Amino acid sequence: MSTVNRTVKGLLGKKLGMTQVWDENNKMIPVTVVEAGSNVVTQIKNLETDGYTAVQVAYGAIEPRKVNKPDAGQFVKASVAPRRYLAEIRTSDADSYSVGQEIGVEVFEVGSMLDVVGTSKGKGFAGHMKRHGFHGVGASHGQHRNHRKPGSIGATSTPGRVFKGTRMAGRMGTDRVTTLNLKLHSVDAEKGLLLIKGAIPGPKGQLVFVRNAVKGA
Amino acid sequence: MHILDSVDKASLKTDIPEFRSGDTVKVHVNIIEGSRSRIQVFQGIVIRRSGEGVRESFTVRKVSFQVGVERTFPIHSPVIDKIELVSRGQVRRAKLYFLRDLRGKKAKIREKRDNV
Repeated sequence: MSTVNRTVKGLLGKKLGMTQVWDENNKMIPVTVVEAGSNVVTQIKNLETDGYTAVQVAYGAIEPRKVNKPDAGQFVKASVAPRRYLAEIRTSDADSYSVGQEIGVEVFEVGSMLDVVGTSKGKGFAGHMKRHGFHGVGASHGQHRNHRKPGSIGATSTPGRVFKGTRMAGRMGTDRVTTLNLKLHSVDAEKGLLLIKGAIPGPKGQLVFVRNAVKGA
Repeated sequence: MHILDSVDKASLKTDIPEFRSGDTVKVHVNIIEGSRSRIQVFQGIVIRRSGEGVRESFTVRKVSFQVGVERTFPIHSPVIDKIELVSRGQVRRAKLYFLRDLRGKKAKIREKRDNV
């Protein structure tokens, strides 16, 4: 069983979209706005009962009748109003939280580095050029209907098959993507908004998980 | 983008005069040199306005020492101290890129007469 020695601060939120703001040096900053207000702690996991330390947080409005039975049990036990999403934060300081505690955007320091975990936009069935960055075939020099083909996908009778994992066309996107080391430009504590410099994965309205950066800048 | 209107509102300026392409404007630009800041005026013809909301920008063209100079400003940028409308121009299109190929008298824009 692995033990976590890091203290992770995290919040669930919704990507609202991108815009731009100006900083104190009159520089334009591209920011992604994440709505991450009113996360609530629903469970504390500790070493004795669970074998690891973690905090379970819930976020998002939902009609109570739409909550499934297992989740509803969690909310009843924590005696908090049901939320749409549940997530666990593995952190060593889990016992500093209390069940039912509301955590908001003020857990992050303005100017600190954050990681954002989200699900990337789905691209559908994409060719290898878009999906894997292959260069395709030349545009001219007598090429005929050849321009976006992958070229060779392996040798002939030895091995006589295409190796597993060969990069080819297929479904692209809708993957779990983590963007590391994004600077928190500012927070709006009243509305529960995080203004994060740069782009984050996923479409607008997507659930994202924001945590303090795990790797140094 | 209406969802972010509340975020953008903080950056939006309210003191922008009404102007369009063809107009001659003076843009008072705040320049910070070390600890001092001064105002530099950039005067020229507006050749385009582009975008909307907090992203809106405009481009001013002037000819200085026979060299065409264009500067593009985000309209709500704090770098701009103020925008002064010098004169209105009579133009028939929104983007005046054709001015780049003209020089001298041909690059002049007729002033707009309101009472005609």
